[in-house]
Amino acid sequence: MSRLKSIFQQTWQNLYLAAILIFLYAPIATMMVLSFNSSKSRTQWGGFSLQWYRDMFASRNIMAALQNTLLIAFLSALIATVIGLAACIAINSMRTVPKAVIMGITNIPMLNADIVTGISLMLAFIAFGISLGFKTVLIAHITFNIPYVILSIMPKLKQTSRATYEAAMDLGAGPIYAFFKIVFPDILPGVLSGFLLAFTMSLDDFIITHFTRGAGINTLSTLIYSEVRRGIRPSMYALSTMIFLIVLSLLIISNFAPKKKEQI
Amino acid sequence: MNQPLINLKNITKSFDGAVVLDDLNLSVAENTFVTLLGPSGCGKTTTLRIIGGFETADQGQVIFDGEDISKLPPNKRQLNTVFQKYALFTHMNIAENIAFGLKIKGKSKTYIQDKIKYALKLVNLDGFENRSVSSLSGGQQQRIAIARAIVNEPRVLLLDEPLGALDLKLRQDMQYELIRLKNELGITFIYVTHDQEEALTMSDTIVVMNQGYIQQTGTPEQIYNEPENAFVADFIGESNIIHGTMIRDELVEILGARFACVDKGFGTNKPVDVVIRPEDIDLVEPSRGTLTGICTHLIFKGVHYEMEVTTPDGFEWLVHSTDMCPVGKQVGIHVDPFDIQIMNKPASEDEEAVGVNE
Repeated sequence: MSRLKSIFQQTWQNLYLAAILIFLYAPIATMMVLSFNSSKSRTQWGGFSLQWYRDMFASRNIMAALQNTLLIAFLSALIATVIGLAACIAINSMRTVPKAVIMGITNIPMLNADIVTGISLMLAFIAFGISLGFKTVLIAHITFNIPYVILSIMPKLKQTSRATYEAAMDLGAGPIYAFFKIVFPDILPGVLSGFLLAFTMSLDDFIITHFTRGAGINTLSTLIYSEVRRGIRPSMYALSTMIFLIVLSLLIISNFAPKKKEQI
Repeated sequence: MNQPLINLKNITKSFDGAVVLDDLNLSVAENTFVTLLGPSGCGKTTTLRIIGGFETADQGQVIFDGEDISKLPPNKRQLNTVFQKYALFTHMNIAENIAFGLKIKGKSKTYIQDKIKYALKLVNLDGFENRSVSSLSGGQQQRIAIARAIVNEPRVLLLDEPLGALDLKLRQDMQYELIRLKNELGITFIYVTHDQEEALTMSDTIVVMNQGYIQQTGTPEQIYNEPENAFVADFIGESNIIHGTMIRDELVEILGARFACVDKGFGTNKPVDVVIRPEDIDLVEPSRGTLTGICTHLIFKGVHYEMEVTTPDGFEWLVHSTDMCPVGKQVGIHVDPFDIQIMNKPASEDEEAVGVNE
């Protein structure tokens, strides 16, 4: 009797899990399948084709947007990592109360609604007479990326003991040499995952980019948005599939990279 | 001895308004083993960190070999530190750890290789060059930390409770190792600990500290046998500290009985503190004792028995002896004159902290 019950329970659990996975991934899977559909229809399978991928690569708009997206993601992640790392070092050596205050302030942009951040950045740019374009998008992305970088470096930095840094100084190293030779290797996993996190956040941001970009500048997300208004083309499915795969692989890397480092 | 190698002059340091060191003066002679001893929070580690350059004093000077190094950063000072938790660089192997300081100084490859070999031999860890830090036990890591410091040929080695994390047996072994190292290298050791046994075993000079003040400076024998105040007497080993009256030179009255002693110059009929070590008390026949009491506690400690003898006035004398006295038995207390240590009473709380500081 109890055996039957446990089989029932097991089956029910599996079904439940399957349902969750289907709800989560069926839409993405649909899109991926449709991106290989040779027919333009969204309901009929017209045979396997890479036509939309060819279209995508041939489209100057898409390629320009892709280039912008990658460049902004890379540059904003890089600059945010440098600024965030410097901020972490400073915050870490603060006394308890100012430290808590500063950490609170850096956390606010993450909790803040994107639309508020986007609109306020746009207003600020306009108020200060900065014309909207590539550089404003870049600045905006750096701004919202810094808290994520700090969030992933800070715990690593807290773990490192001050004693090893002092030991390096004691053995004759200057503060900068001691930091890069002794402290940096210890926090490198945090720095890398901070960079990757920032890269991903930048890659899939739409709202903030939408408000801070000027005319003529598109990233993939804003391009897709404007295409949708005109009636979506299957090459957008191909593009979305690509974005999904890139983000997915970055997430996998950022989750596994630190663990690998620790094993060595 | 020769002129002091390190001289701390009027060092004052406070953290967030709390005074940690107050007008501290200390001189350390070359090639000695000096221990800063005291309970936690007494300022001993802060003193060491000021010498090492990791903290700067609010006031006062650090003189090293005649030069004021108060403002010099740690990397410019001719001394090296062995840290409490070893602070080895875990992403480097043992050889790289030891070579760290030498590489910065731009020494040649062969020189560094020779030094690594020499240092590992010195700390009895030959052949450990390519091992990783995590594969070493606590004691081995501590030896590497010492090796890493001494290859730089510092004039002074600072040690911040280096044996604190080791177990008893290992700690004792390392104490002998450190004495051997100091003698072989001929460099000055400044050692910080709260462990009085460690201090007594290794030091040439012990500096007893409490609440930011130096209580007493002296050889282990002086500190143990002639404590200058109640704090030192109580902190170093166990002792009976009794209120007494100095009747005249070489005669003191304790609990109504008069004991002959060897101390002079306290004046007549002056209230004093009397220190008597538990192992210096002889239990004798009641008729032959200066005082009589009843044994109220008995514990076997291995090397000796620990007993408490209560005299009629209610004072409990702590007695260590290899002879046993059963509980309830009446005994006489006898103390030889040279085993009685007389100390001035502190006039106030403040003076108690300052001690009899020269």
